[in-house]
Amino acid sequence: MVLSDVQDLLSCEVVTGGEYLNRPVTYGCASDLMSDVLAFSGPGALLLTGLVNVQTIQTAHIAELNAIVLVRGKKPDRNVIEAAREKEIPLLATPYSMYEACGILYRAGIPSTMVCPQSQASPRVHR
Amino acid sequence: MEDRFSHSFTIRGKHFIDAGKVSTEIKRLLKELGVRADIVRRVAIATYEAEMNVVMYAKDATVTLELTPRDIRIVIDDRGPGIADIELAMQEGFSTATSEMRELGFGAGLGLPNIKKNSDDFKIGSTVGAGTKLEITVFIN
Ligand SMILES: Nc1ncnc2c1ncn2[C@@H]1O[C@H](COP(=O)(O)OP(=O)(O)OP(=O)(O)O)[C@@H](O)[C@H]1O
Ligand SMILES: [Mg+2]
Repeated sequence: MVLSDVQDLLSCEVVTGGEYLNRPVTYGCASDLMSDVLAFSGPGALLLTGLVNVQTIQTAHIAELNAIVLVRGKKPDRNVIEAAREKEIPLLATPYSMYEACGILYRAGIPSTMVCPQSQASPRVHR
Repeated sequence: MEDRFSHSFTIRGKHFIDAGKVSTEIKRLLKELGVRADIVRRVAIATYEAEMNVVMYAKDATVTLELTPRDIRIVIDDRGPGIADIELAMQEGFSTATSEMRELGFGAGLGLPNIKKNSDDFKIGSTVGAGTKLEITVFIN
């Protein structure tokens, strides 16, 4: 799967980074807590978040995330878009809620990058 | 690669606009110096968490980066309130972050444990009323 598939699945508007829509998406994570993302995400992960500010972009850059999907139709402001462009991190916006967006992607076969010890026995993706 | 590379940086406390600049610069430098990608990522994450702590809790800090063929050492030496109970601060979930910091996505109480997790060797020392010093070492290979 690539980013443009995520765009279709989640009816995303591409806020910035349209030139990176061919980036592969192999796993995802979702959080509004930046330390969560830094602690549990793998490189190249897709981040779903309801919180976007310059620090979110900075975090994505440091953790080497592939892209950010902003949930619930939120709109980032200009300095956030500018930071995302500078750091070459595509920024997409979906009208879906965090729960719905995660569910859609999980069902489409994108597993989680947040491998928590407690979730070792987690069920496989059901279709 | 030279035998030893070293560089110093400054972080300004409460300066949220620049938060992350130093870790971004260190990340860029290490990449340029040919350090392996997974090691660069670990150092960048540890340094960024430490930088955010300086921005949120301290006045300012000096950061020194030292690269040898064996390891990468980052020292973050801040002037600030210090940490009274280091053992408590190191616990996952402990945080004194304000609501303003939480609105930015910080305050999970995961920063210090995450710095330790990404380090091969980690030292923390603090004097209340003076400041906190972190020493992060990551081995190469
Ligand atoms: N440089 C520092 N100076 C003073 N106090 C600090 C410093 N670094 C950490 N602390 C204290 O230790 C606590 C725990 O720090 P830690 O980085 O683990 O979590 P946090 O910053 O609160 O949240 P997170 O890092 O998850 O965003 C902080 O809330 C703060 O009280
Ligand atoms: Mg912290």
